[in-house]
Amino acid sequence: MFRRIVMTALAAGVLAGIFGWGLQMVTTTPLIAAAEIYENGGGGDAASHPHENAAAETDGHAHDEGAWMPGGGMERHAFTLLTSILMGTGFGFVLTGVFALRGRDVGLNEGVLWGLGGFAALYLAPALGLPPELPGMMAADLDGRQIWWVFTVAGSAVGLALIVFSPNPLWKLAGILLAVIPHIVGAPHPAMVDLADMAGGVPAELAARFAVTSLVTVGLFWVVLGALAGYFYDRFSDA
Amino acid sequence: MTAKISNFHTALLQDVSTRVLPAAFALVFGVFVVWGVGFAQSAEIHNAAHDGRHAFALPCH
Repeated sequence: MFRRIVMTALAAGVLAGIFGWGLQMVTTTPLIAAAEIYENGGGGDAASHPHENAAAETDGHAHDEGAWMPGGGMERHAFTLLTSILMGTGFGFVLTGVFALRGRDVGLNEGVLWGLGGFAALYLAPALGLPPELPGMMAADLDGRQIWWVFTVAGSAVGLALIVFSPNPLWKLAGILLAVIPHIVGAPHPAMVDLADMAGGVPAELAARFAVTSLVTVGLFWVVLGALAGYFYDRFSDA
Repeated sequence: MTAKISNFHTALLQDVSTRVLPAAFALVFGVFVVWGVGFAQSAEIHNAAHDGRHAFALPCH
């Protein structure tokens, strides 16, 4: 079982990561580069790294100006590829771990459903409170947003599992509550007064395009990851 | 009766060691990797993973 999980997660994660990177290169990455021109107050070099303008930092999370960063162009894209592969592998291990807990065969078709479930719990639910951000957009304190993200994803994942797999209606109801409560509590956002003061430099049109582009890109990534994980989980069943 | 209980325990233990433990390992390891790539606040890791974090709509700077 151990070998089966590791092989499935690696195979699905690496392939889905490469696929997700290819998509990002033509979908989200060009928009991020465009936003950085605004983040750097115009005239900035889109290929250079975003955090050179300390004044653009609004959340008190100071970036170390002297910290290492990948060079522009190919080096930066290579690190995005590495990021995508590691993200795919990490999500792949979580997904395969859940397959093992469930204790049944999965296959390609059911894998797609698992991928959609992962997309719902790990992207759609937190994005409702914390929409995809471009560099330079205004946001609340990073710690608060990360904590809200973790609670929302945990509540959505456990909630979704209870709704789908529990035969007991009361547990299904508990699942709905778990998924909804983080949104009643609400994600941390900068106060409207602050927003007026800070006036982010990214045009609304660019931000809107990025939000939908990210949604479709990550959705396709999750469908491919789920399908591959389901396929390899059955393929490696005797491993 | 005792034999039945002991059979049940053996089966349970076997299930825990062959299925639940590997599954728990996978979950913990997966969360660790995602945390490192997507959430670690080290400036270097943030800079390297920057475009990916934005694409995945993870809270980033």
